[in-house]
Amino acid sequence: MPELKCKDPVAVNLWYAIAPLEDVKDARVQRSVLLEQPIAYTRNDAGDVVVWAYEGRPGDAPGDRALPVKERFGYFWTTLGMPERDIFPIPEYEEEDRRNIHAASFGVNASAPRLVENFLDMGHFPFVHTDILGAEPHTEVKEYFVEVSEERDEILASNCKFWQPMAAASSSGGADVDYIYRVPHPFCSVLYKSSPLDDGRNDVIAIFIQPFNQEQVRVHMLLSLLDDNSDDTQIRLFQQTIFGQDKPILENQYPKRLPLDPRAETPIRADKSAIAYRRWLSGKGVAYGVIPPSA
Amino acid sequence: MLKLYDYELSGNCYKLRLLLSFLGVQYRSELIDFYPGNQHKSPDFRQINPLGQLPVIDDNGLVLRDAQAILVYLASKYDPSNRWYPRESPELLGQISQWLAFADAITATASAARLHDGLFYSEIDVEAARAGAHRLFRVLDEHLFFAEEEGQDWICPGEHPTIADIACFPYTVLSEEGGISRIDYPAIRRWSDRFKRIPGFVVMSGVFPAGPAATDRRQAVA
Repeated sequence: MPELKCKDPVAVNLWYAIAPLEDVKDARVQRSVLLEQPIAYTRNDAGDVVVWAYEGRPGDAPGDRALPVKERFGYFWTTLGMPERDIFPIPEYEEEDRRNIHAASFGVNASAPRLVENFLDMGHFPFVHTDILGAEPHTEVKEYFVEVSEERDEILASNCKFWQPMAAASSSGGADVDYIYRVPHPFCSVLYKSSPLDDGRNDVIAIFIQPFNQEQVRVHMLLSLLDDNSDDTQIRLFQQTIFGQDKPILENQYPKRLPLDPRAETPIRADKSAIAYRRWLSGKGVAYGVIPPSA
Repeated sequence: MLKLYDYELSGNCYKLRLLLSFLGVQYRSELIDFYPGNQHKSPDFRQINPLGQLPVIDDNGLVLRDAQAILVYLASKYDPSNRWYPRESPELLGQISQWLAFADAITATASAARLHDGLFYSEIDVEAARAGAHRLFRVLDEHLFFAEEEGQDWICPGEHPTIADIACFPYTVLSEEGGISRIDYPAIRRWSDRFKRIPGFVVMSGVFPAGPAATDRRQAVA
């Protein structure tokens, strides 16, 4: 392995989604970047995805620079280090009646933790996702619960409620929508929201962030929905419309890296999950894509 | 009903949604999975547009491609006021055509940089695209500044905006998604705000509405 530019052992020793499996169908060599390390990937003769630290020589091949690969949730994942834990579970993904759809992978000129925080935030719905995920005057973020689960080492925000004019591609009108958020990985989050079509069950939306560097990322968006009516294109494009609205907001946040010092930014009650997230990152000693708290 | 082969994040499709909204023309969007599905390059879609590009319209069997061409068609057909594309004025038509071509150059540069950063079009020389967009924005900014000095609000002379404004608007206001800052182009910013206040204006993902205009001209400093 070449020497890594990323010096944060926490970030190095995580699993990262790199591309949807449907993009790795043949022996074409494709390239990407993870934590400033160029990587390449392809599907070999045996039909397995192989990933390696790429050096750009003609005929560059894995050799001793091969990286570990796991296939999960329709993506392949890799790591530059030696993760102690497996990739977090999303049990709903396996349920037979779900539609599992890769919505898109988008490049964003922002840090990974800024994306996670935006994903957790409900306060911006009426202003950024006007007439879709929110609308004035329904702007209140009602009290919700946040806990850090010790057994699973993840953040859980529950009892979140928000009035949404059009919560999903399958919606037929405004509704009070229940949300649960999980942050099971410093740069991934999973959201559960009431399904417009199935009372008591949830649609699942997950973001898996692949940091190119500390201020540029690629975000992979997975949908696992209970929706028999919409076609894949409608479902994908609905999610892309939402994300396209977030993008300029994300890219205009300064500083680009998320400040972990509790005094750096002034939170309000609605930011409870963001406060827990920042504290959780501090506790883990995450240094990548953040401004660490001053000692 | 008029059918638009449409993709939300496409600035070229947005040009047509804007004009159709300004004119109050009913239409149906046929959603194309441009990304990640690449549906516009599929054999089926190439039957509709052999170039494999969006947007395309189908108006009662007339199939047209190219955003600028479609703007000309829609304004000529559906604008009885004749203001968006004033067919009677050779001088204006010449100027409008000049800026439609300019809009295509904005697409080739600013939109290319946005595709590079957002959708991983890695074969694009992004530095060249950004530099090209800055050269165009400098020209547009100066043009708009001198137009304002003459009391003009729009790209082409007259009281009313034309399809030249529509053609130049989307990829200019989306430029920051391609790493092209507009901080050095204050006349472009004032023009975008005026554009966003045209009755019937609609947003797309990445474009936000403007607040109300200052009522006192002295407060309306850039």
